[in-house]
Amino acid sequence: MELFDLALIWAFIIGFGIIMYVLMDGFDLGVGILFPFAPSEEDRDTMMNSVAPVWDGNETWLVLGGAGLLAAFPMVYSIFLPALYIGVFLLLAGLIFRGVAFEFRFKARTSRYLWNWSFAGGSTIAAFAQGAVVGAYIQGFNTVNGAYVGGALDWLTPFTVLTGLGMLAGYALLGSTWLIMKTEGRLQEWAYRVSAPLLIAVLVVFGIISVWTPFVDDMVRERWFSNLSVIWILPALTLLCAFQIWRSVRNRFEGMPFVATMGLFITTYLGLVVSKWPYVVPPNYTLWDAASAYESQLFLLLGLLFVIPIVLAYTAWTYWVFRGKVRAGEGYH
Amino acid sequence: MELDPLILSRIQFAFVVSFHAIFPVFTIGLASYIAVLEGLAFKTRNPVWTKLSTFWTKVFAVVFGMGVVSGIVMSFQFGTNWSAFSQASANFLGPILSYEVITAFFLEAAFLGVLLFGRDKVPAGVHLFAAIMVATGTFISSFWILAANSWMQTPAGVEFREGVFHVVSWSEAIFNPSFPYRFMHMALASFLTGGFVVAGVSAWYLLRGREVEANRKALSMCLWLLLFIAPAQAVVGDFHGLNTLEHQPTKVAAMEGNWETSRNVPLLLFAIPDQENQTNHFEIGIPSLASLILTHEWDGEVPGLNEVAVEEQPPVAIVFWSFRIMVGIGVLMILFALAGLFLRAGGRLYKTRWYLQGMRFMSIAPFFAVLTGWFVTEVGRAPWLVYGMMTQAESVTPSLTGGMALFTLIGYIVVYALVFSAGVYYLMRVLYVGLEDSDDEEHASDRPARPLSAAHVPFEIESGSHGVHQAKPANEGGH
Repeated sequence: MELFDLALIWAFIIGFGIIMYVLMDGFDLGVGILFPFAPSEEDRDTMMNSVAPVWDGNETWLVLGGAGLLAAFPMVYSIFLPALYIGVFLLLAGLIFRGVAFEFRFKARTSRYLWNWSFAGGSTIAAFAQGAVVGAYIQGFNTVNGAYVGGALDWLTPFTVLTGLGMLAGYALLGSTWLIMKTEGRLQEWAYRVSAPLLIAVLVVFGIISVWTPFVDDMVRERWFSNLSVIWILPALTLLCAFQIWRSVRNRFEGMPFVATMGLFITTYLGLVVSKWPYVVPPNYTLWDAASAYESQLFLLLGLLFVIPIVLAYTAWTYWVFRGKVRAGEGYH
Repeated sequence: MELDPLILSRIQFAFVVSFHAIFPVFTIGLASYIAVLEGLAFKTRNPVWTKLSTFWTKVFAVVFGMGVVSGIVMSFQFGTNWSAFSQASANFLGPILSYEVITAFFLEAAFLGVLLFGRDKVPAGVHLFAAIMVATGTFISSFWILAANSWMQTPAGVEFREGVFHVVSWSEAIFNPSFPYRFMHMALASFLTGGFVVAGVSAWYLLRGREVEANRKALSMCLWLLLFIAPAQAVVGDFHGLNTLEHQPTKVAAMEGNWETSRNVPLLLFAIPDQENQTNHFEIGIPSLASLILTHEWDGEVPGLNEVAVEEQPPVAIVFWSFRIMVGIGVLMILFALAGLFLRAGGRLYKTRWYLQGMRFMSIAPFFAVLTGWFVTEVGRAPWLVYGMMTQAESVTPSLTGGMALFTLIGYIVVYALVFSAGVYYLMRVLYVGLEDSDDEEHASDRPARPLSAAHVPFEIESGSHGVHQAKPANEGGH
C-alpha cells in the first residue's frame, strides 16, 4: 500500500526544478541575448565575466530537469522529446554554441567577433526554443496509448512563436536587471536604460499570450472564468512585480529590479501551473498517469531530500564567493 | 531509397556518444592530476606546482567545457530517438541518471567555477578543496553512468512486466555482474589517458627546452603512474573479458572472430571476417591461444557465433577490429611505460629524443583505445539494447521518421565539427603559450605567432620566481 502520493510530491519537485532553471539560466541566457547591443567590447568582457563562473551550474538544472522527468514522469519525457524533436535539436545546438563561447572567446583574438555571435545567437535560439516548448505544452500533444503520434513540426504554430518571443523578452529583462546588480559605471547605466523598454515588451507579449491562451484551450478558459476567482491574485501579483521593476529602475535601485523580475517570472509561472493542473501531457494525461513506478520515485526521493540541500548550500556559497561587482579585466584568462 | 530511422538513430547515437566520451575520459584523469598538483603546491609551497596546476587547469577548462555541452545532448538523446526504450527502462535509468546529476554534475560545476576563477578569491586550502571536489565529482559521475551502461549489458535486479522494467533490487541492479569490471577498466583508462596526455605534452616542451624544471617533474610523475597502471589495465581487461564471456558469449565470439564453438581456438592476429558466409578470410593466428586466454586451458571450449541465430549476431568485423586496435594500443602503452623505466635507470630519460618524440605521439593514442574499446562493448551487444531483454528495433521512437533523424544527424555532425575544430585550435594555442608566466600577458600572447626556440629557456627558468608573488594574494583572499 502506498503511504504517500509520491507523484504529487514529485510534481512539486520537478516544478521547483523548472522554475530554478528558468530563473538561473534565464539571466545568463539574457546576458547572451543582450550581448550584441552592449556599448563596447570591454563591456562585453565584463558581461561575460559576470556569468562565467556560474553558467555551467545553472545549465545543470536543465540536465536535472531531463533526468528527473525520466525518473519521475517518464511519459512526459518520452512524449515531449519526440514531439519537440526539431525544437530540442535547435535548443541543444544553441546551448552548445553559447557554452563553448565562454572558453573560446577569451582565447580568440582576430576571430573574437565569431564567438560574440556564437554566444548571442546560441543564447537567443535557446531562449526562443524554451519559450516555444512552453507554448507547445499549453497547446497539447497528439497522443495515442502514451506515445506521440503527431508530425515533426506540429509544435510550430503562431502561438508557440509568440511564447518563444515572450521568453526571449523575459530572459533579456532578467539579463539586464542582473547586469544592473552586478556591474557599475557606463555598463550599468546602459542596463538601466534598456530595462524599461524590455519591461514594456515583456508586458505586451505576456498580455497577448494571457488573452490568447483561453482560446487555445477550453480547459484554461473554464478554470479562469468559473468560480475559482482566488487565482486572479496571481496576475495581480505579476502586475505588482512589473510596477516594482519600473519604479526601482527609475529610482536607480541596484538589487530590486532583479528581485522583482524574478517575482514576475514566478507569478507568471504559477499562473501557468494553475491553468493546466493536473495535466502534464495535455490534453490526455495527468501527472498520475505519467508517473513512474512507486519504488522508483521513492528511491530517488530519499536521495534527493538528502542531497539537494547540500547542492543548494554549496551553490549559494559559490555565488557568495563571486559576490559583488564584476569589473573590467577580471577573470582568470 | 527509404531512410531507416533505426539505422540513422544508431549512427547518431554512436556519433554523439563517441564525441562526448573523449572529453570526460580525459578530464577524469586530469582532474585527479590537478588535485594532486594543488595538494603538492599547498604542502610544499613550491611555485613550480602552482605553475603546473594553473596551466593544466586552463587545458581542463577547454576540454571540460566541450564535455559539458556535448553531455547536455546525451541526456536528451534517450528521449528524442529512443523514447520507447526510455519509457520501458525509466524506472531504473531515470533514478540512476538523476543521481548522477545531483551527486556529481552539480559538484563539478560549482567547484569548477571556484577552481577556475577563485584562486584570488578564496584561501589556498579552499582552492585545493575545490580541486579535490571536482576530481571526486568526475568519479561519482562515472560510477552512475557505468552502472547504467553495465545494467544494459548485464541486466539484473529487475522484472519485465507489461512492457516496463520494474526494479526489484536496487543493489543487484546497480552492482550488476559486469559493473565492477567495467568501472575498474574505465577508471584505469581515464588515468592512462590523463597520464599519456600530460606526459606527451611535457615531453614536447622538453624537446623544445621550455620550462624544463616543471616539465621534467610532470613527465617523471606521469611515467611512474603509467608504469603501474598500464600493466594493471591489461590484467583488469582480462578479467573484464572473462566476465563478458560468462554473460555475453556472443560478444566474445565476435571479438575473437570465432564462428563455431570449438576447442583449441587460435588467437587471430589478422583476419577479414565475412558475415555473409559466416567465416574468416586470410586468417593468421597463434594456435590454441584464445582457448588458453579465455578458459585458462589449451583445449578449452570457446563459444562461437553459431550459438545464436544469424539475426542475433553483432556486426563482427567492427567488433573484431576495434578489439585488436584497443589491445594493440594497450601493448604499446605498456612498452612505453617500461622503456621509461629503463631510460630513467640509465639517467637518460630527459635527453633521449626518440623517446620524447614517441611520447609526444602517444598522447593521442589513449583516445583511440578508449573509443575502440567502447565500440567493442557497444556494437558487440547488438542487436540488443538491454541484453537479452529488449532489442534496438523495439527501442526506437515510434513517431521518428528517417528524414527527421537524418536532419538532426547532419545537424549534430556540422555543429560538432565546428565546435571540435575550434576546440582543438584553442587547445593548441593554450599548449603553444605553455606554462610560461601568465603575468607577462604581452609576452605570452605574442608567443604563438613566432617560432619557438630554445633561446627562451634561460628566461623561463628564472621566471619561476614570479610564482612566489603570484601565490601570495591567494592566502589573503576571501575576506
